[in-house]
Amino acid sequence: MGKTIAEKILSTHAGKDLKAGDVAICNVDFCFGQDGTSSIIIDSFKKLGVEKAFDKNKFCMVIDHSAPSPNIGVSEIHKKMRTFAKTLDVGLYDVGCGVCHQLVPQNGHVTCGDLVLGADSHTCTYGAINVFSTGVGSTDLAIALASGKNWFKVPETIKVIVKGSLPKGVYSKDIILHIAKDIGSNGATYKSVEFYGDAISALSVDQRLTISNMAVEIGAKAGLMEADAKVLKWVRERSKKEPMPVKADPDAKYTAVKTYDISKLSPQIAKPHAVDNVANVEGLKDVKIDQAFVGTCTNGRFEDLQVAARILKGRTIHPGVRFVIAPASKEIYMEAVRAGLIDIFVKSGCAVVAPGCGPCVGTHNGVLADGEVAISTANRNFKGRMGNPNSFIYLASPATVAASALSGRISDPREHKGRL
Amino acid sequence: MKHFARRLKVQDNINTDYVISGRYKFKIQDPKELAKHIFEDIDPDFASRVTKGDILVAGENFGCGSSREQAPQALKQAGFYAVVAKSFARIFYRNAFNIGLLLVESETDFIDDGDELDLDIDNGKLKNKGKGLILNVKPVPDVMKKLLEDGGVIEHFKKHGGFKFE
Repeated sequence: MGKTIAEKILSTHAGKDLKAGDVAICNVDFCFGQDGTSSIIIDSFKKLGVEKAFDKNKFCMVIDHSAPSPNIGVSEIHKKMRTFAKTLDVGLYDVGCGVCHQLVPQNGHVTCGDLVLGADSHTCTYGAINVFSTGVGSTDLAIALASGKNWFKVPETIKVIVKGSLPKGVYSKDIILHIAKDIGSNGATYKSVEFYGDAISALSVDQRLTISNMAVEIGAKAGLMEADAKVLKWVRERSKKEPMPVKADPDAKYTAVKTYDISKLSPQIAKPHAVDNVANVEGLKDVKIDQAFVGTCTNGRFEDLQVAARILKGRTIHPGVRFVIAPASKEIYMEAVRAGLIDIFVKSGCAVVAPGCGPCVGTHNGVLADGEVAISTANRNFKGRMGNPNSFIYLASPATVAASALSGRISDPREHKGRL
Repeated sequence: MKHFARRLKVQDNINTDYVISGRYKFKIQDPKELAKHIFEDIDPDFASRVTKGDILVAGENFGCGSSREQAPQALKQAGFYAVVAKSFARIFYRNAFNIGLLLVESETDFIDDGDELDLDIDNGKLKNKGKGLILNVKPVPDVMKKLLEDGGVIEHFKKHGGFKFE
């Protein structure tokens, strides 16, 4: 019987032949936590009574969720992380470095074929570069930090095939929102998803990361893609580790096969308060917005900033809108400075904030008032996500967000022909 | 100890942001403090209705979203003995057993707020005493039973010097 990517990567890391449903102890190639989860990682690690990290080069912490700190409570957590990093002599990406899911692949900590745990649910992002990476809680992460291992149940796999060429003004964010609408927020729970098709192959690595990032929004444990020439080039430029690309066997067993043709797809929008509550942009043009946001582990990469900047260049945002931009990392920020994008943003009236999660998790950088509406490139629009349960969050691509910031209402980026 | 059902106003897709909002979990480290704010955004006076030994009852996909372990911790601290739902999201599922909070997958439509419940994990039964109903629940996986018996994954790991359930 052939094997899926998940079955192969987990088998390799368990040192034995595994199939979906098996439970095994696997070696982990890299693990990390962020400032929302590291405090409990540290507490749990101490409770385990272990003195050292299993390998100090295979763990790091990232201060990204509330960076710089907005209050004393967070400052104490950041201080605790800095002290722990020194004690264990492990890596710490401090305030200003960026979002964990950008830093971990960008800085070469992971490569194709790796098995990675992160104490953050969007750890599934690196599935786009052929890494079996998945989110766990803090105590699971502490176990991995202490032992280099954890237990895994080998997931079943859903095969998703995306066909067709993307229309102008439609992006990978629209593809994954479209898929979320169809599969639903728990349609892939406990499962792995493998993405295939000419539409996926045509995407850049940046754009693919957006899709795998949101695999958890349909419940999935991992959102995997094969490593083609683009991926291998991307990882080799960033990581010294030798990539070990993993392909599924032609006779691998899938629990379902879903096919999507995106040739005629409209820009997609997830409406409040669920990620699978998705509609075409055409039906939402009357919705007035108060705040726009481009950033996050979903859409804060250079190409995302580029897409937004093209639409904004030489224009001013609507007077009733605040537009927050958070580059996903320092490197992206600097690249955007060199390319003149930050200049465009600031001139058009945007507030560019420090690299990090920005206002996505509702701790700072743009908390909404009662009754206010935001359009955001993030991955979650749960009630209260941006800090106020009496506000409303719409999720969309960077192009749709930029177009909406100009008009003050949810807008179709395809109206900006020549800028797409 | 007697166990009573507690139901929320919302049933399906209760994410961990709803269990404990990011407003609190990023700055408060004390689980007792966090427990005061559970479900505040979707059911503001819910926390005050919980008494020790209660069983939280929900619908599909309970615990989806963020990996925050503060979510099961706050539920345990609030006094919940277990959570019974139609299905759970996977990260929450691991997190709960890791800290010694029992989760049971079961049909839940027949349970009303305040019903007296009895969970028999070994025989896979959920008894609704008030309504005189007995239901077969999905068996708790052996791995999870083992973690629970040892009092959570940290205690399991320390006791056995690693994992012991292969």
